[in-house]
Amino acid sequence: MKPAQTTVPHQTLRGNGWLRKQAGHYQLWLMVLPAVIYIAIFCYGPMYGIQLAFREFDFSKGLTGGEWAGLKYFEQYFNSPMFWPTLRNTFIIAFFSILLGFPMPILLALVVNSIRSNRRKRILQTTVYMPYFISTVVLVALLQIMLSPTTGLIDGFLKALHLIPADTNLIGDPGAFVPVYVISAIWQACGWNSIIFIAALSSVDAQQYDAARIDGANRWQTVWHVEIPAILPTIIILLIMNMGSILSVGFEKTFLMQNSLNKPVSEVISTYVFNVGVKSNQFSFGSAVGLFNTLINFTFLMLANALAKKTSKISLM
Amino acid sequence: MSNSQAAHSQTIKHSGGIADRLYTLVVAVISIAAFIMVAYPLYFIIIASVSNSTMVNQGQVILWPKDINLYGYEQIFKDTRIWQGYKNTIIYTVLGTLLNLLVTLPAAYALSQRKFRARRFIMPLFVITMYFGGGMIPTYLLIRDLNLLNTPWVMIVNGAISVYNLIITRTFFETAIPEELHEAATLDGCSHFRYFISVVVPLSKAVISVITLYYVVGHWNDFFNALLYINTDSLQPLQIVLRNILLSNQAFAGGAGSGAGAGAGSYAQQFADQIKYAVIIVSTVPVLIIYPFIQKYFEKGVMIGAVKG
Repeated sequence: MKPAQTTVPHQTLRGNGWLRKQAGHYQLWLMVLPAVIYIAIFCYGPMYGIQLAFREFDFSKGLTGGEWAGLKYFEQYFNSPMFWPTLRNTFIIAFFSILLGFPMPILLALVVNSIRSNRRKRILQTTVYMPYFISTVVLVALLQIMLSPTTGLIDGFLKALHLIPADTNLIGDPGAFVPVYVISAIWQACGWNSIIFIAALSSVDAQQYDAARIDGANRWQTVWHVEIPAILPTIIILLIMNMGSILSVGFEKTFLMQNSLNKPVSEVISTYVFNVGVKSNQFSFGSAVGLFNTLINFTFLMLANALAKKTSKISLM
Repeated sequence: MSNSQAAHSQTIKHSGGIADRLYTLVVAVISIAAFIMVAYPLYFIIIASVSNSTMVNQGQVILWPKDINLYGYEQIFKDTRIWQGYKNTIIYTVLGTLLNLLVTLPAAYALSQRKFRARRFIMPLFVITMYFGGGMIPTYLLIRDLNLLNTPWVMIVNGAISVYNLIITRTFFETAIPEELHEAATLDGCSHFRYFISVVVPLSKAVISVITLYYVVGHWNDFFNALLYINTDSLQPLQIVLRNILLSNQAFAGGAGSGAGAGAGSYAQQFADQIKYAVIIVSTVPVLIIYPFIQKYFEKGVMIGAVKG
């Protein structure tokens, strides 16, 4: 970036500059090496193992030793009765998570940014970040306690307001699974996800606010014409990144919330991979289903990226 | 900066037309609603954990605890499964986080050096892994082939670096530490190791505390790795124990000797909820205690790292 500046000290040391530079690079290599080794083994290793999806798994020959099976396991998945339900459930959960979950942190950031009292701002921020530190296991336990049809706090509250019929069991009702999943996710992560937008808002130049005021803008117009445009690049980048993981519907929470009543709507691709792959030892079939999921994710990432590039000239890559 | 911002909010206050007042009202309503929606459930767990369960279930415990007793906590303190889980989680968290920092910080430093040409291909190789991976089964088989199944090592080594945290740290090093410092140090004959340890690390408290927090929370709440890779009861971390107590209701399964998990004592059903609330608090408090200490670095750390990342 600044070649003219950075080469100066080396020129003054020309005698042993080259040696010094090589020595320096060898140190840098040593520093990055542990990370490279880790990524090579634990991230690229499994990628190499993807060929399992195209092979007959052979216990004695390991990840890549079995006979080639072609697309057999993909066909088996596409023709299985679980194909549509798992795909549909994954899409529905992902769709509503992005549709409702993505705008909320932006809204919260705009609100936090508008609070003038520093003390109130700090209290609100500290509070809304808090649920993020609760583990998924505890969150799901909380949901079960709070939504219990007989003694649950939230259940009782909703019934008192006549928002839900008296005989509803929110934990068991398959129709309630997606709303409970999405709303609790917003409750848990909205504050945390707003941090990045609050940061982007804090970099808005005070002069821009003054200019807007001189032009006669009221506070709403300032939000629309100054604040939103200022955080738009951040919004687009995060949206692309979220689109890239559209089908990686959180395994943990789905798995923990799953019960025999809601299984028709809660079996997503990742829980299915766990159930058929790890639990029933169908390693090749599980790999094929998992690879299918990854490929769809990647396609979404690329599509969203291309679309953003075309419409706003902002892109991830 | 802060002066002009103060002046700007002053002027807005005075100019207040109807639209602006409506805006202030909407902001106030949303922030109060958000505060209550998050704070109340958290507060409720605390008061419910020390109140008479029957009164909690009848909806009588709303603002203050009633008929205070610590029965739930007493039961937990007697429960060896929880303490075993606690011990395991602390070991995994401490060693895991140490390893995370030992791998992430030097790598982030090396990759922040503009003169280090190799970063041009190393960085993309790292970033790809954020979006593309082998998936659950090939990873499981790899861990199995490495003989890490059912060992504490899988909980410590797996996930030794998070690319997201690496990017945050690297960006911090690039933007917050002036390159001139390195040049001055080089002139004094300082090696990269020396410069990293005596200059970069002390200057980067903000970002180091933030990623430490991320890693600690990650290890503390880790459920997935244990579910997949650990079968042995004595190695299970807290989250798995919690799942057994809170979700599978193993501990509450009717009368004595009903075959709950190994070494489990059964809790009386009538106290089940109170114990659940207490378990939730006992297992979450450690993470919540760290958070305020790190919060002061928060803005400096995440913001610089994330916005430009």
